[in-house]
Amino acid sequence: MKVGYYPGCSLEGSASDFGLSIAKAAELMGVDLVEISDWSCCGASAAHSLDHLLSIALPARNLALALAQGLDQVVAPCAACSNRLITAQVEIKADPDLGARVEDIVGMSLDGDVRVLNMLDFVDVYGVDTLKEKVTRPLEGFKGACYYGCLLVRPPKVVQFDDPEDPKSMERVLTALGATPVDWHFKVECCGAGLTMAQPKIVARLVRDILRNAEENGADGIVVSCPLCHQNLDMRQLAVNAEYGETHRLPIYYLSELMALALGASPKDAGIDRHFIEATERVASLGQSGKK
Amino acid sequence: MREITGRACRDLAREIHEHSGLQVEECYQCGKCTAGCPVADEMDIPPNVVVRLCQLGQRDRVLGSKTIWVCAACQTCMTRCPQEFDIAKLMDALRQISHREGRVNPEAAGMAHFYEAFLDVTRRFGRLSEVGLTALYKMKRFPNEVMNDVFLAPGLMSRGKLHLVPKGIKGASSVRKIIDRCMKESHR
Repeated sequence: MKVGYYPGCSLEGSASDFGLSIAKAAELMGVDLVEISDWSCCGASAAHSLDHLLSIALPARNLALALAQGLDQVVAPCAACSNRLITAQVEIKADPDLGARVEDIVGMSLDGDVRVLNMLDFVDVYGVDTLKEKVTRPLEGFKGACYYGCLLVRPPKVVQFDDPEDPKSMERVLTALGATPVDWHFKVECCGAGLTMAQPKIVARLVRDILRNAEENGADGIVVSCPLCHQNLDMRQLAVNAEYGETHRLPIYYLSELMALALGASPKDAGIDRHFIEATERVASLGQSGKK
Repeated sequence: MREITGRACRDLAREIHEHSGLQVEECYQCGKCTAGCPVADEMDIPPNVVVRLCQLGQRDRVLGSKTIWVCAACQTCMTRCPQEFDIAKLMDALRQISHREGRVNPEAAGMAHFYEAFLDVTRRFGRLSEVGLTALYKMKRFPNEVMNDVFLAPGLMSRGKLHLVPKGIKGASSVRKIIDRCMKESHR
């Protein structure tokens, strides 16, 4: 299977573990990720907060590059990237004048169809059953709280993904990997996202609520598929402890890390040793007896 | 409502409609947006009241509110709105107008500075450099607290999560042109 790939800026920096694990998982799945050549930033929440036209034009450049490269499907693992790329497509489709204006600004054609996939769409297209067949180290005994956050599921009419209040697609993947999803209440609550630098206290409060609910429901770790969710839950966890005088040490895994692991990669090759909250220990010995 | 209210109401409702296609009259004030907003406690005006003030033409109050910058754009409000009114898009529109007119609430200026720094760095390199963003934001925001998040740097570096020199891209100049042109067109 061959599929286009839009890593996005975070995967080259603070989410290098996400990028590493996707590359490793894809390799073990037998998927060829074709990077959009010379891709640029999608503008994230900065563009849509300050300028509407820009919030469409920045993703549009990448869509145009993907089309020029002949890609009909592109995986955008970062939830903010996939959300912005899809939003641009939906708005351009609904407003041909906007489309023409953006084509002029970008200087490239937007004619054609390219389907933008988030990580879970990608696994779905690949086939959850096919993935399950390739598992060599089932993650038996691992209890994960699947956390979707905001941008994978909202706005529902734009992203058209799963149930916005009670999504289940990540649970299906986790189950296919041999792990056990826990039932909990914060899977679509906001972590504070981009407020992290300017409003750290708000983020600490939101992250604390998420951590506590996952812990109360017996999770060994939270499973995410968004760089900003990971950053807030993992990197900012110690700040939560400092703010509230608590001692959380809850590992935060990217779904792709657990995929790579279950498909046979070492925790290091899956990027799990790069977290701020130690996460290797809990998963290192899982499935070591191997699949029959 | 347009028939029974004054000129200011009509003007603001029309301005918002022209800016982003929204009809603020659609809101009937059930308050569900505020009930589900994860950051409502931190706002000076609750989300449903922001919509009400838009209906009432209170332009200065909404554009100068902290609320529009505290909003994390999580989209929970619009997802649950029984009228399917896109309140998250309204927040975007108000942020854009407020920023353009230099009316950002001083207590909430940090978010505006963060977004500006984000776009400045992207304009320069074509991609976002997190180091560049942090440094530029801190310089804009707290010239004397530039070092605040520096304690994270060694941890990021040792984990292979920090690159001091951003990777530029070939298309950086086309990204710069896109940003400059959009800003110019929107400010006309």
